[in-house]
Parts: sequence; C-alpha cells; structure tokens
Amino acid sequence: MHELPVTEKILDIIVAHAERNNVQKVVTINLNIGELSDLEDEWIQNYFDYLAKGSVAEGAKLVIEKVPVVMNCNGCSNTFQVDIKEMKEMQCPDCDSKDYTLISGKDYYIKNMEVV
Amino acid sequence: MDEVRLIEVKEDILSDNKAQADGLRISLKAEKSFLMNLMSSPGAGKTTLLMKSIAKIKDDVKVGVMEADIDSKVDAEKLVAQGISAIQLRTGGFCHLDANMVTKGLEAMDVKGLDLIIIENVGNLVCPAEFDTGAVLNVMLLSVPEGDDKPLKYPLMFTVCDVLIVTKMDYLSLSDFDLNAVRERAKKLNPNIKIFEVSAKTGEGLDDWTDWLKNEVTTFGK
Repeated sequence: MHELPVTEKILDIIVAHAERNNVQKVVTINLNIGELSDLEDEWIQNYFDYLAKGSVAEGAKLVIEKVPVVMNCNGCSNTFQVDIKEMKEMQCPDCDSKDYTLISGKDYYIKNMEVV
Repeated sequence: MDEVRLIEVKEDILSDNKAQADGLRISLKAEKSFLMNLMSSPGAGKTTLLMKSIAKIKDDVKVGVMEADIDSKVDAEKLVAQGISAIQLRTGGFCHLDANMVTKGLEAMDVKGLDLIIIENVGNLVCPAEFDTGAVLNVMLLSVPEGDDKPLKYPLMFTVCDVLIVTKMDYLSLSDFDLNAVRERAKKLNPNIKIFEVSAKTGEGLDDWTDWLKNEVTTFGK
C-alpha cells in the first residue's frame, strides 16, 4: 500500500549513486526486503517504471531478495529463523527460551546496481 | 556494447526517515514533550479512546493531539469540541505518516509546554508500521469486533508496538474473540509488548492504562 513513497526513495538513492559514478544507464537494482514488510514486488516495479521515466534508471529491473525473519535468543544468544506466516510455537530451538529479539525481517536495503 | 559494471549502493531505503525521526526524538526530549504514536484499523475507536483517556489525565498532563486522516477534519473537531488542543493533518491519499509529515505537523502546533503529544495515525494496520514517526511510544489499538486473528494477519504492526490496547471490551461477551489467543499471539511476535484491556464506553480498565501512561510521561519529563 505504501509502495509509492518507498519506490520514490529507491529512485532518489539510485539516481544519486548514478550521478556520482558517471552512469549512462541503470540495468538492474538488487534490493533486500524483509519478509515482515507487506510490499508487493510487482507494484514496486510498476511504480518504479512510472517514476523512473526520463531518468538514468528508466527501464531498470528491480530484483528483490526477501530477507527471512531471524530472532536472537536472549537466553543463550543463539539466532534462529522463524516462519511468521505459520505462527508456530516460537521458541529458541537450542534452549527453549521464549525471550528473543528480532534481528532481521524488517529490512529495506539497496545492495547494488548493475549499470553501463 | 558497453560492459555492465556493478556499483555497490549499500543504502537503507528508509534511512532518511529514520534519521529525521531520531532527530525529532532528540529535540522533543529537550522540550520534555513525550510523543506517542497511536495506530489501529479504521473504526477501532482511536478518537473515542483518546477523548476518554485525555479527560482522565488532563489535570496533570498538558496534552496536544495531531490527527491524521486521508481526508476530512471530523476527528480534530470532535477533540476540540471537548476542549482538547488538536490539529488535523490531511495526508491527501497517503496511507501513513512519516517523520517529515510529523515534523511539519509539530511546526503547525503550539508545542511549547505540552507534556504529551499524541499522533493519531491514519487508520491502517499495514503502512504506519513501516515508518518511524519520531515517537517514543508506539501504541496499537485492537478492538474486540475486529477479531483475534489480527496478529496473524498484520505481524509487523505487533512487532513495532510497545503497547497493545485491546478495546471495546464491553463487546467481549457477545463475540467469540479469544483474549488469551491474542495475548499469546502478540507476545510471540513481541515478548516485551505491554497489554491493556479497556472499554472506553464503560470505563473498564481505563484507569490502568491512563495511570501507566501518566507515569511514563511524568518520568520522561524529569
């Protein structure tokens, strides 16, 4: 639902990096987006296609890698991945603690871009 | 054909918003103004809960409210009619508030001397969860008629909130809402979440919530 403002930010960042690196054309943009976000990949691309018209990033393809939800156990410092969608009984697989902190899954990150 | 190069970008997409939110927290701390962000679905009863809550604390805590809606100003008008200081932000189609919009809203408010500033975010359980507003306390309202499955459907919202208020508790006996299931589901997503059970209509549980909030605001201002 909020793909538009997020996509605007992606374009701003990409254009800034393109200017600094004398880029003629951005071909691919590689993103990491956390599984907890409700962004629709298809809509990000649609908005991007619209917003990027006439810019150095026109026609660029967004490749989105989903980042899994990972918790850090506050009991034994073990990290473990959880499937939020299934909402199974969540506890540390090592020490059974139910006290944990989210360390990834809310990511919104631009890794790199392929350019000519 | 030119050769394809790889350029490392390594930038967080929401970092500008986060930086602005952090800046806002620092300046509001200096003013001793406690910023709270209230989120829920449309119709969960944010405005009613605010009116009842503010009535309980207004003698001890000076409160201002920033109402955000896609359109209309009915919410702010309701609060002003109760003698509560409020402004209305119209987001013009935006489904959430971000730190920039909150900063502009604060500029339009008379913030000086306010102990507690409450943002009533756009009614929506998806987008507001993604954008840091600069608040020091994120509160989510879940009303009994909405059902106990909301933590399953909107997990992010439950992970970003410090407080969950289950409201319209007066409907509980009429519904199959499973309060224990909500408590368990919310705690699984966010073990530190604090849960209050309230009916703004009957006043049930309201004092627990407002006493706790008043204490947080007072401690913050010291």
